[in-house]
Amino acid sequence: MNTSPVRTFFCALPLLAAFAGCHGAGDGRTRITFWALGAEGEHVAKLIPGFSKRHPDIDVKVQIIPWNAAHEKLLTAFAGESLPDMCQLGNTWIPEFRTLNTIDNLTPWVAASHTVHESSYFPGIWDTNVMDSLLYGVPWYVDTRVLFYRSDLLAAAGCAKPPASWEEWFDISAKIKARYPGSYANFFSTNNEWAPQVILGLEKGSSLLKENNTLGDFSGPEFTEAMRSFYTFFRNGWAPVKTAQIVSVYQAFAEGFFAMYITGPWYIGEFMNRLPDSLQGDWMTAPLPGPGGGIGLSLAGGSSLVMLSRSRHKPAVWSLIEYLSEPEQQLEFYRLTGDLPARVETWRDSSLAHNRYAGAFFRQLNHVRATPKVPEWEQIAQKVREYTELITMDQYTVEDGLRALDREVNVILEKRRWLLHGR
Amino acid sequence: MAGNRAVILFLGPALVAIGVFFFLPVLAAFALSFTDFDIYALGSFAFARFVGFKNYAQLLSDPLFWKAFRNTLEFLLIGGPLSIAVSLGAALMIQSKLVRWKGFFRTAFFTPVVTTLVAVAVIWRFIYHPRFGLLNYLLSLVGIGGVDWLGDQHWAMPAIILMAVWKNFGYNMVIFIAGLQNIPAELYEAASIDGAGRLQQLRTITVPLLAPTTVYISILTMIGYFQLFSEPYVMTQGGPLNSTLSIVLLMYQQGFRWWNMGYSAALAFVLFAFILVGSVIQSRIQKRWEAS
Repeated sequence: MNTSPVRTFFCALPLLAAFAGCHGAGDGRTRITFWALGAEGEHVAKLIPGFSKRHPDIDVKVQIIPWNAAHEKLLTAFAGESLPDMCQLGNTWIPEFRTLNTIDNLTPWVAASHTVHESSYFPGIWDTNVMDSLLYGVPWYVDTRVLFYRSDLLAAAGCAKPPASWEEWFDISAKIKARYPGSYANFFSTNNEWAPQVILGLEKGSSLLKENNTLGDFSGPEFTEAMRSFYTFFRNGWAPVKTAQIVSVYQAFAEGFFAMYITGPWYIGEFMNRLPDSLQGDWMTAPLPGPGGGIGLSLAGGSSLVMLSRSRHKPAVWSLIEYLSEPEQQLEFYRLTGDLPARVETWRDSSLAHNRYAGAFFRQLNHVRATPKVPEWEQIAQKVREYTELITMDQYTVEDGLRALDREVNVILEKRRWLLHGR
Repeated sequence: MAGNRAVILFLGPALVAIGVFFFLPVLAAFALSFTDFDIYALGSFAFARFVGFKNYAQLLSDPLFWKAFRNTLEFLLIGGPLSIAVSLGAALMIQSKLVRWKGFFRTAFFTPVVTTLVAVAVIWRFIYHPRFGLLNYLLSLVGIGGVDWLGDQHWAMPAIILMAVWKNFGYNMVIFIAGLQNIPAELYEAASIDGAGRLQQLRTITVPLLAPTTVYISILTMIGYFQLFSEPYVMTQGGPLNSTLSIVLLMYQQGFRWWNMGYSAALAFVLFAFILVGSVIQSRIQKRWEAS
């Protein structure tokens, strides 16, 4: 890539820029730093040459931050005042960085933009970037959870279709358990995941937190009902309580140890690569069933592009955000990473919406909701995981466990209550 | 006085450096432990509150803290003596007249100490792998079924202890060797002339004369093992079910994952108190032992 004529051409550009009297660094060029995370960081570098061709006066430096160190790294960089100009943020982190006043309101930029329009995005995903009716990030790629299932096992138990309501879900689970007593119908990875539990709560209409997100609402009637249903899976042996016995989800799924699993888009690629060829026709994805039928709610996940308030090159940052938001770049990025595009027209144009496995995600993405937009959410989510696991292990009853959970959540939210009411 | 001035001149730079880079941060952390410094306070310092002993009270009623405390204690009480015993055994073996290639063994046993932990962790993750691991392969030869070493909440801590002992025993071994070399050879000669066997010599000469070294090593080991962090951090992240969560790992999570700096600082001082009490008890035992 270093020897490409394009690159050579750009190397000569600083001279031209200097003559044209461009602003920015001493040599007349604008340099922006872009922190991208993990695999996205590796792949986005391949889209940058196209941007440089269009904006020869802007130098983009992509720095890759590993996902598991990203959050700590960003906060430390904030404390050390060494944040970049632009960054990829998991959309659940946006409230936190908004609270720190580190990311800019993008509403005026979008208002003047010809590329980024709210109507091009999934409403639930767009909403995760909005706080106090201002936009703080542009969705880059999206993810959500759907139901992955073994169609052959469901068929063997006498079910032609995946469940379309909770009642059907229980019914199918019971039939699979009856047909394969040594196996399970579902698998919930309660030892490290909170998403399925939270999704069930959202589907039952729980807002998770109440009173302007200052108190836990997990012991409220909606979440309690959802947890009773969740517990049913374990009590009836429809899902394994001891999750540690499953060392590899792929292997257990291939062996038919469980038939249904709620997880995200990255599993499409993993299952295609890791399941044996003989099984490739026997698994499918479906939108989550709603409690009373129809498509249920799922989580609005994914990453957004944000502009850091400290940046001195905001127009350059915005042009890069716009460039990466163009449908062509979105599609190319999907080809490179397998991350699902944030723009709806990208799905339609590329017939991704009719893709065998991705179609369920497209339908689900129109039924997604953001988790509560408070900086404490990640910490609260860990507590949800902890207590729901204890409930499945019968260390608590559903009611007692959720009351204990609310007590812990209320301690975590004490500062927030003080900030909003107490001062 | 000219002498005083010289003392100040020579000690001054070092004292200033220690003051700025050691005492000041420690004092600041101590002050922090009485505030609720968190993510909001990071945004604006006006959002930090003085909360008195609330962090300490909250900590002592936090089940997660006690879980971490028990785990750390388990690591300390099993891993510590085990590590000292292995170190002593290795030192005795290397000092033994029967063993050849002493230099080779000394170097080989010391190698894990100077190897980067992350590299060691990669190897040990292979060893502990439930399906393809060396350890389970060896166990299967004697008919023991596969154990998920790092994934099972009952086996994760023993697995961490085993790895930590392997990684650290070489250091104490070198100190033990120095201690052994300080024992006069005449004592052994006299003992063997009097008809004492090898075991009797070990019990009546080696062990008593090594006592000061052993106390020194056990205090160092205790201090080090109380601060268990990197092994679970790279191997298990504290899991499964918090079974390998140590006090320092909890401190790290509270401080840098959730940014609850006040709470995290309080944890640090509680840990400091534990280590202080542990050291005082050990040196008391040593004094009483020397007096008798």
